[in-house]
Amino acid sequence: MGTRWHPIEYAFWASTLLPFLLFPNHLVLASQIAITALFALSLDLILGYAGIVSLGHAAFFGLGAYTAGIISKYGYGEPLIGLLVGPAVAGLAGYASSFIIARFRHLTLIMITMGLGFLLLEAANSAEWLTGGSDGLQGIRIGPILGRLRFDLWGYTAYAYSLTVLFLVFLVARRLINSPFGLALTGIRENPMRMPAIGAPSRSHIRTIYTISAIVAGIAGTVLAQTTSTVSLGVLDFQRSAEVVIILVLGGAGRLYGGLVGAIIFMVARDQFSGIAPQYWYFWIGALLVTVVMLLPNGILGGLAALTASWRGKAS
Amino acid sequence: MSIAALSTQGLDKRFGSLVVASDINLVIPHGVRYALIGPNGAGKTTLINLITGMLRPDAGKILLGDADITAFKPDARVKRGLVRTFQINALFPHLNALEAVTLAVCERRGVAGEWWKPLRAHADAVEEAYGILASLMLAADCYRLTRELAYGQQRLLEIALALATRPKVLLLDEPAAGVPREESAELFAAIAGLSQDITVLFIEHDMDLVFRFASRIIVMVGGRILVEGTPQEIAGDARVREVYLGGDAP
Ligand SMILES: Nc1ncnc2c1ncn2[C@@H]1O[C@H](COP(=O)(O)OP(=O)(O)OP(=O)(O)O)[C@@H](O)[C@H]1O
Ligand SMILES: [Mg+2]
Repeated sequence: MGTRWHPIEYAFWASTLLPFLLFPNHLVLASQIAITALFALSLDLILGYAGIVSLGHAAFFGLGAYTAGIISKYGYGEPLIGLLVGPAVAGLAGYASSFIIARFRHLTLIMITMGLGFLLLEAANSAEWLTGGSDGLQGIRIGPILGRLRFDLWGYTAYAYSLTVLFLVFLVARRLINSPFGLALTGIRENPMRMPAIGAPSRSHIRTIYTISAIVAGIAGTVLAQTTSTVSLGVLDFQRSAEVVIILVLGGAGRLYGGLVGAIIFMVARDQFSGIAPQYWYFWIGALLVTVVMLLPNGILGGLAALTASWRGKAS
Repeated sequence: MSIAALSTQGLDKRFGSLVVASDINLVIPHGVRYALIGPNGAGKTTLINLITGMLRPDAGKILLGDADITAFKPDARVKRGLVRTFQINALFPHLNALEAVTLAVCERRGVAGEWWKPLRAHADAVEEAYGILASLMLAADCYRLTRELAYGQQRLLEIALALATRPKVLLLDEPAAGVPREESAELFAAIAGLSQDITVLFIEHDMDLVFRFASRIIVMVGGRILVEGTPQEIAGDARVREVYLGGDAP
């Protein structure tokens, strides 16, 4: 139940500033990593803590992205306004669908989330007047943050902005999982059958966390739209939903940092491979996924935790 | 006239053609220790599932005190004080014992939905959970993961979770199932030591324990209540001897 910060956590967050000094040419990538990490964090809240599997989480990411992009066309290009409206729309959609989500588990849930994702993708595809369809959204005009900080070509502002948003959301998520509610979510993951027998309204808990998770996914989508000034159907793609699951499982679900570590490894690896042999990218990600899942059922962070535990055991 | 703690009226349940509960009428007064006995497959667990709302009856009513709770969801029944344990452990494997019981305490207090406050802010809930574990001899192992606890301790944790909800009526489904004989007497002593304000109905196959700890006994066979009475009456009942005690059951 510890809520105190571990020294490694300080080190981790301090090191997120390194790209400014060491890789100033890769700040655009760093910003993408922070956004992906945020998206993975949103999935961790439902999958890692409450055991709710989703293969359609891009729906909320995409809603945030499209909303932020669309309102910017109509004069609301101030990023902080987008950061309110985009996630709010995603959260509303999350709340509405949570009534269905809370009733199902396992394979049914995977099918429902995936199905809802497809519905939204097709809707965005056919609503060309609003989304630009397969051509992508045209005419996005993102202004400077607070009217001062303009998004530059090198990604300084983008990374600073993405990282700040990631860190703030992380603080909230960290608080949430160390709360009584966080404990209740773990209870749902560990034994959903027992929860009603201790008087727990599991479905209402699930509706709450699903809505929160949708808001966080919406924040990630919003930030992507704002930092890149582009929104295409890719934000709603099934591939995005699937990749975020892979990223979270690689890093380790239910550990808060798992999605963050997974995002770093996945995005850096993809960036490296796209330089060498992009056509083999999925081969290597497949190999990595199979290896990690077989050898480290709790992901990379789970493996590290087990390693330090056994190392400590030997030392004492 | 005092109202019964728990009563049922004409409960029926069938699974396809199998009748598992037929015209079950129970009246359980406050503060008693009831035993529910009967051969394997008699429908004892099913009856608890019906009473606690984990199964819907085909017909009949369930009353807690004078309130009709037949349409209530399981968690709403728990909130009203009708609580059960499980014949097969239904625990939280990767929570430690203290976390699991704290969770149940937080749910009872209605603070489990608070996601903006740290658990630390509810130190009294943690203390209460610790007290419950201590009363069941689990204090020393309260930081161990549930799945690492000895089987007998897990059975105690089943009861601790139920107690954390502050039950008025507690239904224990074979609390000592799978526990060695020496330990099961200890476990029942803990149950006997519960507050007299809690009405207890327990299922148990060991007749020694039943006769030692029950003030009244219900005998169920084939989804029906065969007879109900004091331990003396049950011991002397010819039908019970025939279908249950006289058979190849223990
Ligand atoms: N969900 C179900 N679907 C179909 N049949 C069921 C179901 N649950 C129980 N049964 C059947 O109903 C009958 C009563 O089962 P129940 O578990 O209530 O018996 P029991 O008296 O608790 O037995 P035991 O002493 O072995 O625990 C059994 O024949 C069982 O196979
Ligand atoms: Mg049974």
